[in-house]
Amino acid sequence: MVSLKVNGTTHNLDIDEETPLLWAIRDNIGLTGTKFGCGIAQCGACTVFVDGQAQRSCVTPVSAVAGSEITTIEGLAGKEAEAVQAAWTSRDVPQCGYCQSGQVMSAIALLKENKKPTDRDIDLAMNGNICRCATYVRIRAAIHDAARALEI
Amino acid sequence: MRTALLSAAAGVGLCIAGTALTLAQSASQSQPGGASLRPVGSFSNITNQRDRSVALFNEMGKVLTHPRCMNCHPAADRPRQGDIRKLHEPLVVRGKDGHGAAGLHCSACHGKQNFDPARIPGDGHWALAPASMAWEGKAVAQICEQLKDQNRNGSRDLAALVRHVTTDTLVLWAWHPGRGREPAPGTAAEFGALMQAWADTGAACPAS
Repeated sequence: MVSLKVNGTTHNLDIDEETPLLWAIRDNIGLTGTKFGCGIAQCGACTVFVDGQAQRSCVTPVSAVAGSEITTIEGLAGKEAEAVQAAWTSRDVPQCGYCQSGQVMSAIALLKENKKPTDRDIDLAMNGNICRCATYVRIRAAIHDAARALEI
Repeated sequence: MRTALLSAAAGVGLCIAGTALTLAQSASQSQPGGASLRPVGSFSNITNQRDRSVALFNEMGKVLTHPRCMNCHPAADRPRQGDIRKLHEPLVVRGKDGHGAAGLHCSACHGKQNFDPARIPGDGHWALAPASMAWEGKAVAQICEQLKDQNRNGSRDLAALVRHVTTDTLVLWAWHPGRGREPAPGTAAEFGALMQAWADTGAACPAS
């Protein structure tokens, strides 16, 4: 039995302790906003927060996060999340949308650490999130928008 | 300590060959598949102490220049990965403290332990070595001088260096790097013994 606290709710799951967190989130808990992209931490689609830090859930065994606060795209809250959501909506950032929950998680992780990121800062933070529709230009612009909104 | 039998990554379609003793951070054993190190005793026939010290360091050089060590002691800000030492994908950088850029820290992907189903290596403090400890592109003689230089080695004297290579979990990881990576030569214990013998013989460096 593995106990996971996701978005404030504790779930006791009868799963192998080496199960990737992503599978537990999607298949056992039923939160499907977090996506499976590559399964080997190369694309970023599965990004969640573990105790506030961005982490790839596809390569995180549940045994490593028992007792941690896990936050998925469904559980986001706070000023950075609101600013990113508004900027994403305003810019119509997503195209197919598959990678976007991971993109949003990484964007928020960046803005929590760096209130005024440069293009270079954004590129370095977002390099681990691949977008097959190549929405990178809008992603970068939206992060700048969100950073400006957070200044006000 | 436990051994994790990381099998059955069912559904991902990854075929896992054999067992992965990723958590067995034993200094006396090493993940199979690596090259060997000469035991300290085999250097005793070198009667000149300085020559013996140099020979011991050259043997240590097999470890220091191995991809497991060198990949994260890069000359620039970007680490390398794999036995073929390709540039790390995705593009990651040192960041302000060796743990990556804001928003993309090493720990985003590298957990506390290896995760063999995805071939992701891990350790509790996965990081790049500080820039002052960059070894990439250097000869063993240069690495030797750098290793001893307390202005560049984290203010470590010889005893602290030996302690570092025999107790730091990220150093010890080199002998248990997980599936798909060749371990550093020999064992951690053999490497520690070589370094101790090198220190005891005056810590001489090879001529550059």
